[in-house]
Amino acid sequence: MIGLTYLAAILATLPLVLILVHLIAKGASSLSLAFFTHMPRPVGESGGGMANAIVGTLILIGVASLIGLPIGIGAGLHLAEKRTTPLAYTVRFLSDVLNGLPSIVIGISAWEFLVRPVGHFSALAGGVALGTMMVPLVTRTTEEMLLVVPTSLREAALALGYPKWRTSIAVVLRTALAGIATGALVAVARIAGETAPLLFTAIGNQFWSTSLREPIAALPLQIFAYATGPYDEWHRLAWAGALVLITIILIISIAARFATRSRFGAPVD
Amino acid sequence: MTSLPLDWLQSDRRRLRVDQSAIGDRVYEFLTALCALVVPALVVAIAVAIFAAAWPAFARLGLSIVTTSDWDVRGGHFGAAPALFGTLVSSAVALIIATPLAIGVAIFLSEFSPSWLRQPVGFLVDLLAAIPSVVYGLWGIFVLIPMLRQQVMPFLRDGLHLGATPFFSGPAYGPSMLAAGLILAVMALPYISAVSREVLMAVPRSQREAALALGATRWETIRDAVVPYAKSGIIGGIMLGLGRALGETMAVTMVIGNRPEISASLFAPGYTMASLIANEFSEATNDLHVSALMAVGAVLFVITLIVNAVARWLVWRVSRVRAR
Repeated sequence: MIGLTYLAAILATLPLVLILVHLIAKGASSLSLAFFTHMPRPVGESGGGMANAIVGTLILIGVASLIGLPIGIGAGLHLAEKRTTPLAYTVRFLSDVLNGLPSIVIGISAWEFLVRPVGHFSALAGGVALGTMMVPLVTRTTEEMLLVVPTSLREAALALGYPKWRTSIAVVLRTALAGIATGALVAVARIAGETAPLLFTAIGNQFWSTSLREPIAALPLQIFAYATGPYDEWHRLAWAGALVLITIILIISIAARFATRSRFGAPVD
Repeated sequence: MTSLPLDWLQSDRRRLRVDQSAIGDRVYEFLTALCALVVPALVVAIAVAIFAAAWPAFARLGLSIVTTSDWDVRGGHFGAAPALFGTLVSSAVALIIATPLAIGVAIFLSEFSPSWLRQPVGFLVDLLAAIPSVVYGLWGIFVLIPMLRQQVMPFLRDGLHLGATPFFSGPAYGPSMLAAGLILAVMALPYISAVSREVLMAVPRSQREAALALGATRWETIRDAVVPYAKSGIIGGIMLGLGRALGETMAVTMVIGNRPEISASLFAPGYTMASLIANEFSEATNDLHVSALMAVGAVLFVITLIVNAVARWLVWRVSRVRAR
């Protein structure tokens, strides 16, 4: 029976290895400098890249972080300081609920608020949808990280006459900063590859656009469109796009892993 | 550690600063409370948006949205029963495959793994959760589906003679409920194993030592003393994985075949609620169509909400015991 658990460990890691091997095998051959610098070509022409989608994804991540990080960190501070109020319990429970909501549900509600009233798709709506997904992730990791800070630090600052707010920000928050940064990175890695919330908000764009009020291209959307399309050239580009996307996400995930390990000894998820 | 500015502490204006800090504290507490309030506000806003938008469809069609199978946009019939069926079946298939594997990995990591293997294997399993859905879908289309069509499905049907049962019969197209279930199993696995590992590690040492002292083997200790202790937490982890599988959109949309039919065979293509929304929403032609899709979203919302709430409650119960 003990052998079976070894087998389970091998079987569970096998899909990851297979996916990475296929991504490298099929994606690497299609990667070139042009992939990063060129626009998508019309159907029938070979070559072309996903420059617009890469930039679009970065813009969407930026908008999402502007929403998700301050709110998440603020909420985390509140939860860590007011551990047992009814509000804290409610927020903790609902942030788990929000975290568990299907991303497509978040997508259609963002559409209802930000696309339907104005009558057109926009990068802003996509960023807000992704930001909404970030909030609960950042909230919970921030709270967890703040609780690791020893109470004696807080007490020392208060005893020296520091006001509470300055203690929280300059002492407690600053001590936990590495952990909070890790949480932020994990949240970014998680939303960077999200597709479903963007389907009806950012929707994608074949052209160059960096405006928040216009539809914007994104790597995951482009991979989806190309993977489900009929042309071999598109499939090739989809693999290349997936390799780029997974590389970005893996780098962020591994960086997050090591940033925390060096500081707290054990990794956090 | 941060050093405190000494001159500030010693300044004559310190008293004044302390008075100001009361205002500072109030502003700070107000701002963080505001941030915290955003979380419930978001949940309420999402619920209100979806249910308000779904209301016209519910008012006009009632429960026929989930009980009938005729989805005809022009005729104004919106019966999403095949999608509901597909969501439940694909998730069930995923759990049947993922649960034993995930618990096996969790037991391996918490009990048997040599310490040098624990971190890397745990990390690799966790990474499964970091791979974007659309990449799973891409892999599903070009690697998993050809493999299912050419080797796995013929083997299951003819090699193992499972074709005699209704579950593995019919032609092997490739895109199918089985493909969706397999992809979902891989995607749900890291969630189940992460929670299971955590609750297994929370089982007190004394529990293991008592069993070992009574002469139990290592495996008997796990089976009779450790796993039963962590049971409700593990079930919570499974529910959490179920919540993920039920709402998963992209990967499933890419491999399930998107055909709104109810079939007992896992080889047949199917549909899920999430993929129905993904496929039709941006091209919805009229208000009732949009509203019907929102109604499907509302059903999905309620199902995942219940599953997640139960999951959290189960996990919380275990961690509360540990805290005591």
